[in-house]
Formats: sequence, structure tokens, C-alpha cells
Amino acid sequence: MPTATYGGHTVTVNDEGFLTDPSQWTQEMAAQIASAEGIDELTPRHWQVISFMRAEFQAKGTGPTVRVLGKTSGVSVKELYQLFPHGPAKTAAKIAGIPKPRGCI
Amino acid sequence: MSETIEKVSIIVSKGSLEGIYPALIMANGARAEGIEANLFFTFFGLDAITKRRHEHIKVATVGNPGLHVATLIGGLPGMPGLMTGYMERKMAKLDIPPIPEFIEMISDTGAGLYGCQASCDLFGIAKDDLIDQVQGIITVGEFYALAAGGQIIFT
Repeated sequence: MPTATYGGHTVTVNDEGFLTDPSQWTQEMAAQIASAEGIDELTPRHWQVISFMRAEFQAKGTGPTVRVLGKTSGVSVKELYQLFPHGPAKTAAKIAGIPKPRGCI
Repeated sequence: MSETIEKVSIIVSKGSLEGIYPALIMANGARAEGIEANLFFTFFGLDAITKRRHEHIKVATVGNPGLHVATLIGGLPGMPGLMTGYMERKMAKLDIPPIPEFIEMISDTGAGLYGCQASCDLFGIAKDDLIDQVQGIITVGEFYALAAGGQIIFT
């Protein structure tokens, strides 16, 4: 399995770069994963989404889709795409160290 | 990773519920993957973005073998409304948004929404007749310019 190194920590990732073990994730890694995804600075609004993703994953075992994020995270769909232009649920999940959310809507 | 899709342009040519949803789901799903997406509404597909029609999109209950309703039954008055209500309730349970809300969401994702010039001329539709999220009424040539370098999907 491929690995990635963030802040001196080596983590296992899948082919798309998502952490395979969310417990390996640390807050410090987030900024580095984000910068690799083209997001230079994680603002409090980014963190609201990232923390929400992790909480949802812990509660439900799967990350929310954009539709669910827009309705429940406190960040609108429009703003989600401003914060994460390359796909909010996908990018935020990667930064949050959880698997890519599955779902068609 | 190997090849990726960077842009999709999806043509919506049908005005039935089952004709419109797949295109919306594909456009929304493209944006969720970070893929640029444009929707081009032509012919009866224009109903999906026409103010006085977009809240009244119905399932085709006649000429639709997949529905498994005999044509004679499907043609009875009230059947389209009945079947549409049934479908809408099932979709609501799965959190699939109604068409007007879905289109607004897709617009919020940054996807482009366009009406087809030839169809608008044919049906006497002006920009004001279309919902506010529509960026413009464009010609087929302008559509191809917009779609250049990406994939085109016809539905």
C-alpha cells in the first residue's frame, strides 16, 4: 500500500491519496494535505467543514456528501465550493484524513 | 492516476422527470469530483429551467415500458400526477432534492446553465421566462465553444 509523509509522520494512503486509517491523522497534517490539494491556508471556515467531516465519520462510519454538508455543516453549497474548489466533500475528506464519501447526490 | 475527465457538457433534451434527473445527477456529481460542468437545455428539456414549468415536471406514464404500467392505464387522467407523486416521495426519502432545488444547488456548485437558442425561438421563450440561475441563451456554436476540450453527454 502506498504511503505519504506529512510533518514527519508516515501514513498509509490509497491510490487517490486518502488516508486508509483515520486514526493516523493529526491536526498538524491537515495543513500539509491541504497545500498538496492546492489550498494554501486553512481558515476557520475550512476547519468548520473539516471538523464536521470527522465528527460525521466518527458517528456514522462514512463522510457526508456535498448535499449533506450544505444542509447540515453550517456552510452553504456555494461557500463550500469557494473553500474547496476541486470538490468540497472529496477534498475536505482527504484533508480530514477520512475515506472519500460515497454517494451520488 | 491515469486519465481523468476535466470538463463535461451535458445536454438535456427531454422534459420528463426521468429525462431530467440523470443529467442533473451527473452534473452535480461532476462538480463534486472537481470536474467543470455545463448544462445545456434544449427542446423539452427547457421545461427544467422554465419558471412556470420547472415545479411541474412529470414522469412519463405513457410510452415508458420501464414503468411497467399498461399504456391504457398510464393514459388515464391523473396518472402522471399520481406516479410523479409516488416517485417524488421515494426520492425525498433518499434526500434527492426536487428539481427546482436541485438546479439551484447545481448552480451554487459553479456549474453553468444555458438555454438553447433554437429551442427558445421555437417555443417563444425569452431569458425572463427562464429561472434566474440560467446564465444565458446560447447558440449551438457557442455551446461547442463552451464544451471545447471536454466530454459531451447527450440525455
